[in-house]
Amino acid sequence: MFARVAQEDFSQQALYDELCAHDQRSRAGAIVTFTGRVRDYNHAGAIDGIELEYYPGMTEQALAQLIDKAVKRFSLTNAGIVHRVGRLANHEQIVWVGTCAAHRQDAFLAASFLMDMLKQSVPIWKKEWVGEQAHWVAAKGSDDDAAMRWLTEDKDS
Amino acid sequence: MKVKFFAQIRELTGCDAMELAVPDNATVDGVREQLMQQGEVWREALSANVLSARNQTLCNGSTAVCEDDEIAFFPPVTGG
Repeated sequence: MFARVAQEDFSQQALYDELCAHDQRSRAGAIVTFTGRVRDYNHAGAIDGIELEYYPGMTEQALAQLIDKAVKRFSLTNAGIVHRVGRLANHEQIVWVGTCAAHRQDAFLAASFLMDMLKQSVPIWKKEWVGEQAHWVAAKGSDDDAAMRWLTEDKDS
Repeated sequence: MKVKFFAQIRELTGCDAMELAVPDNATVDGVREQLMQQGEVWREALSANVLSARNQTLCNGSTAVCEDDEIAFFPPVTGG
């Protein structure tokens, strides 16, 4: 398992290979990966990249805890997450998650769980640049709702 | 104790970290109130929807704190 914060760009192939190399006894029948990229627009129009701030120490710890939760909840045989920070141009890669499970449903669900929970519980803050001006992005209600679905299922189970 | 600030709160206050002496039996809300008394900018920065962490774990306002703790205040997260 791995959980990292990185300034530099990542290679999807290298992360996929790392995920598979450490898959428990190579049992996974299903591997799902997700890559998030910087959009070149927001609700108001075009943007010129983003900037991501994090809390050194806590962010890595929160990512690792999230991976642990996903592994237990979806019986994963391996999982990894990488989140970039700093200034990123439009269309650059921001985040990558990979999940290995015996069957595809758990792998898909776990990748979705990781992204939804990441947006609600990991200390990372996004700023959008338009020309020389930068604005902090406000937390979205729809992201809270997505995370709440998983948390509600927690209570029900 | 060490207090850290991130994102909008860091920018508004112009402060990313400080040492703060706190009374016995202090709580996170107490620390926040103490900081807000430093001036209008602090009041504005810390009166919005603010999350807090004690020793790098999310906590709530009633959490007890002590001199050795690292407390952080930050806005709702927006990663991903």
